[in-house]
Amino acid sequence: MAVMVSLFKVCHIGNGFKNYQNGIWSNMAEFDQSKIRNFCIVAHIDHGKSTLADRMIETTGVLTSREMQNQVLDNMDIERERGITIKSQAVRMIYKAKDGEEYVFNMIDTPGHVDFGYEVSRSLAACDGAILVVDATQGVEAQTLANVYLALDHDLDVFPVINKIDLPSARPDEVKEEIEDVIGIEAHDAPLVSAKLGTGIEDVLESVVHRIPAPTGDAGAPLKALIFDSVYDSYRGVIVFVRVRDGVLKKGMTAKCMASGASWEVVEVGYFGPGQFIPCDELAAGSVGYFTASIKNIQDARVGDTVTNAANPCDEALPGYKKVMPMVYCGLYPADTAKYPELRDALEKLQLNDASLFYEPETSQALGFGFRAGFLGLLHLEVIQERLEREYNLDLVTTAPSVVYKIHKTDGTVFDLTNPSNLPDPAEIDYMEEPIVNGEIMVTTDYVGSIMQLCQERRGKYISTEYIEATRAVLKYELPLNEIIYDFFDALKSRSRGYASFDYEIKGYEQSELVKLDILINHEQVDALSFIVHKDGAYDRGRKMCEKLKGEIPRHLFEIPIQAAIGGKVIARETVKAMRKDVLAKCYGGDISRKRKLLEKQKEGKKKMRQIGSVEIPQQAFLSVLKLDEGN
Amino acid sequence: MKTLGIYIHIPFCIQKCLYCDFLSFPKGRQEQTLYFDALKKEIETSAEECRDYEVVSVFFGGGTPTSVDPQHIVEIMKILKKFYNLRENAEITIECNPGTADATALREYHEAGINRISIGLQSANDEELKRLGRIHNLRQFEECYKNAREAGFVNVNVDLMSALPGQSVEDWERNLKYVCGLNPKPEHISAYSLIIEEGTPFYQIYEGEAAQIEKNGVVITGDNKDEYPPLPDEDSEREMYHRTGEILGANGYHRYEISNYAMNSEGEAANVGTAGPLDDDGGKYECLHNKRYWQGGDYIGFGLGAASLFNGERFHNTSDFRKYLEASGTPEKQDAERLDTAAQMEEFMFLGLRMISGVSAGEFKNKFGQSIEDVYGEIFAELISEDLMVREGDTIRLTDKGLDVSNYCMAKFLI
Repeated sequence: MAVMVSLFKVCHIGNGFKNYQNGIWSNMAEFDQSKIRNFCIVAHIDHGKSTLADRMIETTGVLTSREMQNQVLDNMDIERERGITIKSQAVRMIYKAKDGEEYVFNMIDTPGHVDFGYEVSRSLAACDGAILVVDATQGVEAQTLANVYLALDHDLDVFPVINKIDLPSARPDEVKEEIEDVIGIEAHDAPLVSAKLGTGIEDVLESVVHRIPAPTGDAGAPLKALIFDSVYDSYRGVIVFVRVRDGVLKKGMTAKCMASGASWEVVEVGYFGPGQFIPCDELAAGSVGYFTASIKNIQDARVGDTVTNAANPCDEALPGYKKVMPMVYCGLYPADTAKYPELRDALEKLQLNDASLFYEPETSQALGFGFRAGFLGLLHLEVIQERLEREYNLDLVTTAPSVVYKIHKTDGTVFDLTNPSNLPDPAEIDYMEEPIVNGEIMVTTDYVGSIMQLCQERRGKYISTEYIEATRAVLKYELPLNEIIYDFFDALKSRSRGYASFDYEIKGYEQSELVKLDILINHEQVDALSFIVHKDGAYDRGRKMCEKLKGEIPRHLFEIPIQAAIGGKVIARETVKAMRKDVLAKCYGGDISRKRKLLEKQKEGKKKMRQIGSVEIPQQAFLSVLKLDEGN
Repeated sequence: MKTLGIYIHIPFCIQKCLYCDFLSFPKGRQEQTLYFDALKKEIETSAEECRDYEVVSVFFGGGTPTSVDPQHIVEIMKILKKFYNLRENAEITIECNPGTADATALREYHEAGINRISIGLQSANDEELKRLGRIHNLRQFEECYKNAREAGFVNVNVDLMSALPGQSVEDWERNLKYVCGLNPKPEHISAYSLIIEEGTPFYQIYEGEAAQIEKNGVVITGDNKDEYPPLPDEDSEREMYHRTGEILGANGYHRYEISNYAMNSEGEAANVGTAGPLDDDGGKYECLHNKRYWQGGDYIGFGLGAASLFNGERFHNTSDFRKYLEASGTPEKQDAERLDTAAQMEEFMFLGLRMISGVSAGEFKNKFGQSIEDVYGEIFAELISEDLMVREGDTIRLTDKGLDVSNYCMAKFLI
């Protein structure tokens, strides 16, 4: 296994890898595929996946405790704050097992949210097995199921770990039974763990050795490697994360992506230290690592694509590649119109790291120059919005998110509508389709009624109820995507006191009676406030929008009608009364600076307004319509 | 000689009113004495830098200046007469709340040289007074007013406040008519709208989380509903504001500033004020001291938190009571800023436009060497087109409609 030997000739040693310097690797000549374990951890959100990963890294001695930041795998601020993992990452650790052998563990972290389902799926494809983390109190939840099924679909060997056994409410035996009953995988000898306290971690590591299969690949075959993630580095270009199935990926060779057709000379290959990249000479079959090749455009090396040797290509690509399509669109505008170039630059930079982010310039009469951006889901949208505001210090105005509708025109053509204001004249429309999702809601039986009611309100089509145990049920509904992108999660939480969990996947498009609701302010249509809605919900939506806007638009010297209209027919109206009195009567003791401050505040407020005709609308108004159900 | 106004802040009161956000608080005799020691030192020490000024107005404000031992005020008057160039007929005002000054005290003030008294009546309705958290009732006002006249005050202001909780337009008219029916009539009336200021108990009641704002008024939740009825809605408030001008006009007063009305001098046409030179009593009973603020004249403030515009610089004293005492006569001047030309222009406009007589284009040109048109021409055009402003030769002033929305207008003059 000469190939494997060279894999560990470390060229560059980062701080976290002192162990290597101590000579541990000098006699690793006999290392082979049978000592490699490629796996991931799957879990429902908050069941402790990242904490377990941290403990495993800590225990295998790659990092000292002092060097451990909490949750080293999640290295983006937002992820840490929200406690979720967005961008999948991988880390390699070295474990000396009880059988006296040393094993290479490649742990691939997967995103925990349904929006990033495709990335999860590609990460799973890079693994041979999975650890299923289940909370000892919460038990099996909707995402647990979804993730396990996804793992099983990828032929991964899954073994469960019961976490958070330190909590007084832990019920590990029941949860084990639940896993066996509901998921149907053996759980009686599942390691009992408290990742928080560090108990039971050895058991997990041993289980990885024994229950996750070693990779099976042919190092002698032509190169075949799966791209499961990538990041952009301003010095090295795109850093492509790969799982090598067959063959060897070497520095200097010409690598080619089979779907995009792009090829480059490989500049560097290496593997993952915690939070850093460790270069080496080559990556052979069975291993997980990265390469760089001065790749400028992340679109050329997309997740799911197969990398091969341009000089000696493999016969066929690995299965499962698909181009990810954005599901949710919204307009992004700089609050300060002069910041348009900054917004453009920021989006460009974010896209380098996020192939699933789509954007194109658009112009709104109300908001000026901005972008229409496409996202995998609402969380993805929120994350990008937050990153733009936080990392790039931009103040944004975001228009109401919209799903992609399919418009079938009377002339037989079909097009995708991503911006409601581009809807053609109704006379030109034959019919419209909207995306539908298969939704699974897991909920305790007490709340089944109220959740069903919610789904009915959201135009859900009831499919089934399955009782997974006496007190818990899985409700299956078909729901229009546009009913869940606004505040469905919040509503779900509040109606189940946080007990419901929700998971969905896109089912497809279905014909629907949709209308475009326009908002007119002082008789002028405000394009940024238009949206598509089912005709049955239009009146209610329009009325709420008008009420909300009435509260947001300050009084002017004249009366301002706010109207909601469908195709010119007004269905709701509110009026902002004219400003008739705005006097600071007091001006006491010569304290002029106080008076000045008040006037300055008034003037400052005006700057944050958008002029629509003769009406000034605060930016807040555009955001508030996203939160129509608040306080109801 | 340049002229100067002096403001003296007395930060003490018997009890804070529910709407009050001024710098005032109840304090014991001993601390009051310490305060006056520091205040007197400050006034003496500052005399030197005011050497080149003739003092044409003095204003004792608060708090309630009449809530302290009258001797403190008398001593300050002595210092002013001794160390300052106090014009013989300077306007010297003291603010007074009914129930805090008896006949003897009022005589002492008058004998010390104070020639104008401003009485905080606020309402002629005991119920309304109680809701405001005022310490006095109408009977005490009547006594105070009578005593002030008997003490020799011939220039008396009465403060009234409109838009009070539960107040109807008729209630307000009754208050106005009551004041106009006093014998003799007060020479000056200040008629303010109640403003709910942050940090006051009223703010908690009317704007706090407990308050539910509904359409046009405020609905108070819970048990205090009877105690704190809703504020008048916007239309009533505006109606009150307009009735003020009508009723006071009919009773021989003219409005010379947004909230201030003065009795017409004999032979003077009703409802016309003249801007006039700063130190000249244009309308006989208009408050010279307040006009000085609006017309950009120099003034110096003594006492806790007092603001000054002196030698082209704005600053104010510390608002920290301990620090003021410790500074012992030389309090720290805070937030000192020399106004640049732009800021001076802004103030010229937003303060000057508070005056019914408006601002003078010629004076602007003299002061800044630039034509007012060049600086503000566009804004004039906009406001005139909205009927909020008129230009009559040299004079630029807000219309009645413009005065109603004066903040909206004035904010436009910030450069």
